[in-house]
Amino acid sequence: MSRSWFSRRSDGPTGDVAHPSVDGQAPGAAADVADDVVLRVEGLRTHISVRRGVVKAVDGVSFTIRRGETVGLVGESGSGKTMTLLSIMRLLPVAEAKIVAGSIWFDGRDLLREPEPAMRRYRGARIALIMQDALTALNPVLTVGDQVSEPLRYHPGRHSGPIGARVIEVLESVRIPNPERRLDDYPHQFSGGMRQRVLAAMALGPSPDLILADEPTTALDVTIQAQFLTLVRRLQRDMKTSVLWVTHDLGVVAQTCDRVNVMYAGRIVESGDVRRILNEPQHPYSVALMESVPKLGARRERLYQIAGQPPDLLNLPPGCPFYDRCPLRMDLCRAEYPPATPVGRDGYVHCWAASKTDVAAAMLAPASSAGSDG
Amino acid sequence: MGRYLASRLLQALLGLIFISTLVFFLVRLTGDPARILMSDFAPLELREQLAERLGLDRPLYEQYFSYMSGLVRLDLGDSFNGQPVLDILLARLPATASLALAALVVAIILGLPLGILSAVYRGSAIDMFSRSVALFGQSVPAFWLAIMLVLIFSVILRIFPVAFGTGPESYVLPSIAIGWAAVAGIARLVRSSMLDVLDSDYVRMARAKGLPPHVVVVKHAFRSAIIPVLTFSGLVIGSFLNGSVVVETVFAWPGLGKLTMDAVNGRDFPVVQGAVIMIAVFFITINLIVDLLYAYLDPRIRYG
Amino acid sequence: MHAAAVRARSLIGSTRRLPIVPLLILALLVIGAVFADVLAPHEPLQVELTNALQPPFYHEGGSLEHPLGTDELGRDILSRLMHGGRVSLLLALSVIVLGGVVGVALGLISGYAGGLTDSIIQRAVEAVLSLPTIMVALVFVFVMGQTYASIILILSPFVAAELARMVRGEALSIRRTNYVALARVAGASHLRVIVHHILPNVAGTIIVVATLQVGALILVEASLSFLGVGVPPPTPAWGLMIDGGREYVATKYWLSLFPGLAIVLTVLSINWIGDWLRNVLDPKQQML
Repeated sequence: MSRSWFSRRSDGPTGDVAHPSVDGQAPGAAADVADDVVLRVEGLRTHISVRRGVVKAVDGVSFTIRRGETVGLVGESGSGKTMTLLSIMRLLPVAEAKIVAGSIWFDGRDLLREPEPAMRRYRGARIALIMQDALTALNPVLTVGDQVSEPLRYHPGRHSGPIGARVIEVLESVRIPNPERRLDDYPHQFSGGMRQRVLAAMALGPSPDLILADEPTTALDVTIQAQFLTLVRRLQRDMKTSVLWVTHDLGVVAQTCDRVNVMYAGRIVESGDVRRILNEPQHPYSVALMESVPKLGARRERLYQIAGQPPDLLNLPPGCPFYDRCPLRMDLCRAEYPPATPVGRDGYVHCWAASKTDVAAAMLAPASSAGSDG
Repeated sequence: MGRYLASRLLQALLGLIFISTLVFFLVRLTGDPARILMSDFAPLELREQLAERLGLDRPLYEQYFSYMSGLVRLDLGDSFNGQPVLDILLARLPATASLALAALVVAIILGLPLGILSAVYRGSAIDMFSRSVALFGQSVPAFWLAIMLVLIFSVILRIFPVAFGTGPESYVLPSIAIGWAAVAGIARLVRSSMLDVLDSDYVRMARAKGLPPHVVVVKHAFRSAIIPVLTFSGLVIGSFLNGSVVVETVFAWPGLGKLTMDAVNGRDFPVVQGAVIMIAVFFITINLIVDLLYAYLDPRIRYG
Repeated sequence: MHAAAVRARSLIGSTRRLPIVPLLILALLVIGAVFADVLAPHEPLQVELTNALQPPFYHEGGSLEHPLGTDELGRDILSRLMHGGRVSLLLALSVIVLGGVVGVALGLISGYAGGLTDSIIQRAVEAVLSLPTIMVALVFVFVMGQTYASIILILSPFVAAELARMVRGEALSIRRTNYVALARVAGASHLRVIVHHILPNVAGTIIVVATLQVGALILVEASLSFLGVGVPPPTPAWGLMIDGGREYVATKYWLSLFPGLAIVLTVLSINWIGDWLRNVLDPKQQML
């Protein structure tokens, strides 16, 4: 009756979630295919049980990714972006974390209700992960050639021709020089930038439909980072792979993403086209994020600072989690979480103030009008 | 790798020098070994004769020098029955060495799966069971276990023999008696090592590649987790040499342990001295081999 | 991976509850040992050949007068067990105190001073730890004479070495912390830093290791007396009793069985408590 280490970390949600489906097929599956939607996350909730209570790491997240699209998931530490990523893969880091609600539609099936052996067929083959730190993500006692070929070996049918050739091909595509000679090298014999590219090669080998990238450039210095981003962008366009890019770095977002979701305290507070969000953010948190990045040429003495402390995920207020730190807060915000207000073509924002006024203007106007609405 | 090898050899050498020096002084601590060799009732002239024969009347540093130079030439002196000590020791070494190895095999065969199962099924009944076994194993004295094993298996059940030399079955009981205590340590170490490794990023990456669980556990987790266990095995063999003193006595096993016991009882000094040194040498060598094996298995050390 | 939400581990609840069973067993054993004079039903040294080799009370021929039977000289086994326990306990405690003080001191010095001092002490510690305990003790006691003093003297270095090794590791990492640096900047002497800052933090490790060493010591002492180089006769000792019962083991098993069980129960309880202590004082380890 005991649960193994594995099963405790990859469970789907327990209990029934209200959701009309037959055999795990979505009613909207056909629509997804028509719209070229690769991944559709609906109402995902992932909770972690700690001694003092329940941490709602992911608290109702919904978004879609289309074929060939790069979607960014932006937020500070603890916003839930990494947990969202891991939930999609059903690879939760500790046994105390559980996906408690939601659906993740991929290829017409709800991943959260698939049995574990089915998940294994998706992982590495159709949904690939690129982790943040290549040094710890690669097994130090196995050769790089071995590790890059593993997804190909265990997911036959995702490529044609001999595995060895495909490994060399994909290593070349990530610009590793002389790949044939490096197959028997160990991870620590590569430089940091090259290791990260090895991770990318590992993910790209089986030509996945979707790549989940968890801040893969955070550990790199700026020039290497730029190379990596260009590389991924090119490969992604060539192979029409969709990418979900988790990061806290807006520069990366600007360079790679087509659309962006801004996360705060386990929820998506704003979503939309990347240009629109970068230039005309609608949520106070998004505005603060954009403004707190120093820009060349801008004349400002002080960077914008977000007041207050990061949210306590154990005790979230019933209304908007940004309430304590929001310069435009109203009583309504504390009581009720705002519904989505559409913005632009297919974006939206969850903010009471945004539905009534120009948030950015209100927040950044000199002295007089900040907080005047409400 | 070459540098690592050289430094380890140097360390081993220093260790050997230290231990032989230690043994030298240990054995001569009372001030008059001759008095121990012969009882106090022996006449003084006889004792003096003996002392002279053994070179015990010479100044200490002279004795030390001849002792150390003897060691380098692998000359450990003669036993009181005339035979060269080295020959006696070498004759008995295989029995002890093979027993220690058998005990290690037992400990690993029992400890490894217990540890792995404990880690993968943490918190379950299997985990509790193996933790109890481990706890128990460390609380049982080897000699008593040996006697009880003899009682149950040899006397009552008549399955296994008691004496040495009747083929591989004779190894079973004594190696269990010695190896039992190490099962606990090995299981515990494997468990904690596996738990650490199972939570590591590269194991998560392996799962993210959709690899089947047995590949994740064996190929990725286990290979890294095994490395500290190897080092531990080296230490464990040292403790086996310890345990062999008592277990060999119980089973009348013709090894170094029993030899030491007999020599101590028979007051055969040179043999005692030689046995302790030989065991220490054995131990240091094993540690050296383990370290080199460690370097071989962990490429970071090899090429780093 | 981000530390914030991801590493939310909860402690295994059961390991924090006080382990009553071993504490009770240990209490029983300690009381029996300490008050052996008063509680033992017979004189442990009293030879009564007419009563020799009586079986325990549950066999035919046994009685409650000698509940665990008698040995080959007619001595009551239960009483000898209790007195033997006292001897073992006293020895173990003496060794722990002597070896403990020396070991902790060496470990603190080694970890705090670093550099050459550390290297030298470390080499010595490793050398001692690489020696086979029983063999060395065997030779030593034989040479020095079979007295309490010689046993305590030869076993202490092993305990000291083990403690020195553990304490050094912790001292080394604490030495590098900021508050030690601050204390030194504020003018605290080396000694004060060691005693006030480092020592309290290693106290947990010391307690755990010392407890587990007591168990190991009882086993070593039993082995020594089994081999005949333990406490000087005619004091009863568990190991000695087991050796004495060896030739009768086929038929009169109780001579060897009960002393062995006593050893197992004692060491088991001590190790159990030691492991519990380790889990409580350092939950990060989570070993056993």
